[in-house]
Amino acid sequence: MNEVLIVAVLLLTAFMATAVVLTRDPARQAIVLSGYGIVLTVLFVVLQAPDVAMSQTGVGTVVVPLIVMLAIHAIRRHHTREPDEKDRS
Amino acid sequence: MTHLPYLIPGWILLVGVYGIVTSRNLVHAVVCLSVAQSATYVLLLTVGYQKKATAPVFSDIKPTRNVVDPLVQAMTLTDIVVGATVTALLLALTVQVAKRRGTVDPDQLRSLEP
Amino acid sequence: MSRRLRLLVLGVGGAGLAVLFALAAFRLPRFGGTFHPYGQRTLPNALARHTPNVISSINFDQRALDTLGEELILMASALAAVLVLRTVRAEQEDSAGEHAYGPAQVFDALRITGYLLLPVTLMTGVYIVAHGYLSPGGGFQGGVVLGSAIHLVYLAGDYPALARIRPVPMFEAGEALAAGAFVVLALWFAGQVKAMNAVVGLEVGCAFVLALAKFFEQALLVRKDS
Repeated sequence: MNEVLIVAVLLLTAFMATAVVLTRDPARQAIVLSGYGIVLTVLFVVLQAPDVAMSQTGVGTVVVPLIVMLAIHAIRRHHTREPDEKDRS
Repeated sequence: MTHLPYLIPGWILLVGVYGIVTSRNLVHAVVCLSVAQSATYVLLLTVGYQKKATAPVFSDIKPTRNVVDPLVQAMTLTDIVVGATVTALLLALTVQVAKRRGTVDPDQLRSLEP
Repeated sequence: MSRRLRLLVLGVGGAGLAVLFALAAFRLPRFGGTFHPYGQRTLPNALARHTPNVISSINFDQRALDTLGEELILMASALAAVLVLRTVRAEQEDSAGEHAYGPAQVFDALRITGYLLLPVTLMTGVYIVAHGYLSPGGGFQGGVVLGSAIHLVYLAGDYPALARIRPVPMFEAGEALAAGAFVVLALWFAGQVKAMNAVVGLEVGCAFVLALAKFFEQALLVRKDS
């Protein structure tokens, strides 16, 4: 029973990793990445690693997607100013 | 069946590398790199798993009880937290690239000039 | 390199890696087996030093020197992220006149949730750090929780308040002090799991707050005239 659960969650992890990579738009990708973080957390729990699961929840579902969203936002602002950027250089 | 779980991290690593190579956006590439890195977490923890064993925390179990390998868990734990700050650094560099070149498409970044 | 050539190289390299990885995987001890030579050696040591959470014992006692290296990587990359983004900030201030932070439009439900969750999350973070030697948790996990907790104020839609409760110089000083204290602890007092948990919690929390602060600055700074 336990083995079946582990294999199922492992397959789900592989599926989510593929989904993250195949999501080409970075803003959507940040959300999918957050989901991948949750699936990894579940995997670590079923593999009897509560400490690792704890740090994965914080890092994988909150901090990294948040940083990705903020970076996208910052990059977008530079994109809109692309023309005058070239004028100055 | 006894070895198939080890193939999952291999798949995650390959998928992540595929994403980096075919990426048209540096942010996407950085996220794919973090996916490729997550393969190491899965590999370490599957190697350390033991059937019918519990988590290696002895505050409420007998010292004779079987536990899963704590060493790989300790390695994974620091790996995750340090990996997040490295991802932050790469994204900071991406913001800097966008600022200086006006694009984050790796194909349009030809030379290394500032 | 053209796209097609790149994909071809990836295909060849990926296929080679896949074959070698599969060959290696099938030579590993079987999944779920009882062969864990390194892990089993750590258990008696952890129990002898009365650290029930074996993972904390490994990180801060048996492999404290490795953790020191990881800590310094963490500090270096957080510091580098802050420095890289600071350059961008300075350039913007030189090139364009006035800047202001964009207004926030948040649902009331989200605002209330943010304010309600903030104290609970901070308490959880402190608990995870303080109790890390006994139950699952420790400096790394608790530090992440603490570092992200104060950003709930932003979720509540109040960026100026977040900027007020998060004076960057203080967190820079905290980061530096914690890193220095960890070096001292790891080199001369390895095994003080509780103290090391606290110091690592402080350092990880400060590192995340600093990196996130710079990203927030970058993302939310908008021109007043636009």
